[in-house]
Amino acid sequence: MSRKPFVRPVSKTGWWLKHPRYMRYMSREVTCVFIGAFALLMLCTLERLSKGPEAYASFIAAIQGPLSVLGLLLVLIFAVHNATSWFNVTPKALPVQIGEEFLAGKYIIGAHYAVWIVASLVVLLLAGVI
Amino acid sequence: MAKSNKPIFWSLFAAGGTLAAFLAPVLALLFLMVAMGHAPALFSYANLHAFAAHWLGKAFLLGVITLFLWHAAHRLRVTLHDFGLRQDAVVAVVVYTVAAIGTGLSVLYLLRI
Amino acid sequence: MTQLKQRLVQLEVLRYDPEKDTEPHFQKYEVMCPEEWVVLDALNAVKETIDPTLAYRWSCHMAVCGSCGMMVNGEPKLSCHAFLRDYVGMVIRVEPLANFPIERDLVTVADDFIDKLKRVKPYLIPKDPKPIEQGEYKQTPAQLMKYRQFSMCINCMLCYAACPEYALQPKFIGPAAITLAHRYNQDSRDGGRDERQEVIATNEGVWECSFVGACSEVCPKAVDPAGALQQVKVASTIDWFKEHLLPGGSK
Repeated sequence: MSRKPFVRPVSKTGWWLKHPRYMRYMSREVTCVFIGAFALLMLCTLERLSKGPEAYASFIAAIQGPLSVLGLLLVLIFAVHNATSWFNVTPKALPVQIGEEFLAGKYIIGAHYAVWIVASLVVLLLAGVI
Repeated sequence: MAKSNKPIFWSLFAAGGTLAAFLAPVLALLFLMVAMGHAPALFSYANLHAFAAHWLGKAFLLGVITLFLWHAAHRLRVTLHDFGLRQDAVVAVVVYTVAAIGTGLSVLYLLRI
Repeated sequence: MTQLKQRLVQLEVLRYDPEKDTEPHFQKYEVMCPEEWVVLDALNAVKETIDPTLAYRWSCHMAVCGSCGMMVNGEPKLSCHAFLRDYVGMVIRVEPLANFPIERDLVTVADDFIDKLKRVKPYLIPKDPKPIEQGEYKQTPAQLMKYRQFSMCINCMLCYAACPEYALQPKFIGPAAITLAHRYNQDSRDGGRDERQEVIATNEGVWECSFVGACSEVCPKAVDPAGALQQVKVASTIDWFKEHLLPGGSK
């Protein structure tokens, strides 16, 4: 009997469209585009700030408007998606063993959400929003 | 096969990802408020300048901007790989160079304030 | 004895005869099945009553041997663990496990997986070897719990079928093999971590993993290979910093 194994081809670009599980993974991964773009926006803000009041003022004026609102709304949505997906997997990467038991994931995740809320409130306080 | 040098980039990705998880949403919200014409008090030139002039403010801004950049760089490297762009070495050099330039510029601008 | 309720099950099975076919093709079968049967039972009924040429692996029929892994409606499953009641009203598409070459029909070539299991040195390399006369290696229950979950792997290869990084990069050592290495690294009796790191702390090792997590979702024994691989990444990163930043460069 002769062997002739058959290798099924896999699409290098479209594999992730084949299953909702992979699409969820990609949605998590593309948050980096928005986090990176946001970091560059903050860098620009810093640069304009360093150039003095007029440069800064015209920058602030320039980032107002519907396009900016849309862009930053997307940043916000993907930033939240990054946060929730990040917290949910933390117990797997850093398990906490106490004696013969492992600390249930929900406590680790819960603690992350608590820190998230507190940190956000502190920032809002320092920014003068609340 | 030799041991990988990915750990250094992965640790920056992990640190940046953790920081971004906690802080990116609220910071994005602040900028969103600016875009909608309701800039928070911190965003007046005087307040923001004072914040960035203080060493704590500098440390915060440097940490946030650079770690977000290194997090995004490494994740983008992996994501482009997943989207079928397989020239990993080239992609790595490009993304990490951008992150490095961003890091250098952050330091430069913060020193000017 | 009450009559078991039967249902007509429609299967679409991928066939491939290396001696006759240039590529695989689907073949339809219809067979009456008691409603509590699994996909494996349906395949056995097909083989016994309709088409004896259908080739597939199976053994224990109770999800412990790892032999009967297949794609059932696009999902890696043990066919003995895929219940017909979950596929009511639809055609059940059965294909060989993804990301492995097809030998014949539903039988895959598992050689790459076996090679990778061997490469990670999946055996105890005692930290303090001692002869039998000096007694057993002792281990507390807490020490056992550190690796027990990762020892539950039945080598069914469902995780390799689910992993897109393995699909895209066949050199990737993969979830089960790296989890097995981690199982031994975490064992208090073991001293072979450095040797295994040479294999798994490489670009083809754990660093090909991007934490998709599909492996853990399909694992029938809740081994959580995704978790194991992230733990290996953390440990390997600490190693890297020790090797590159500490004087002398060693742990």
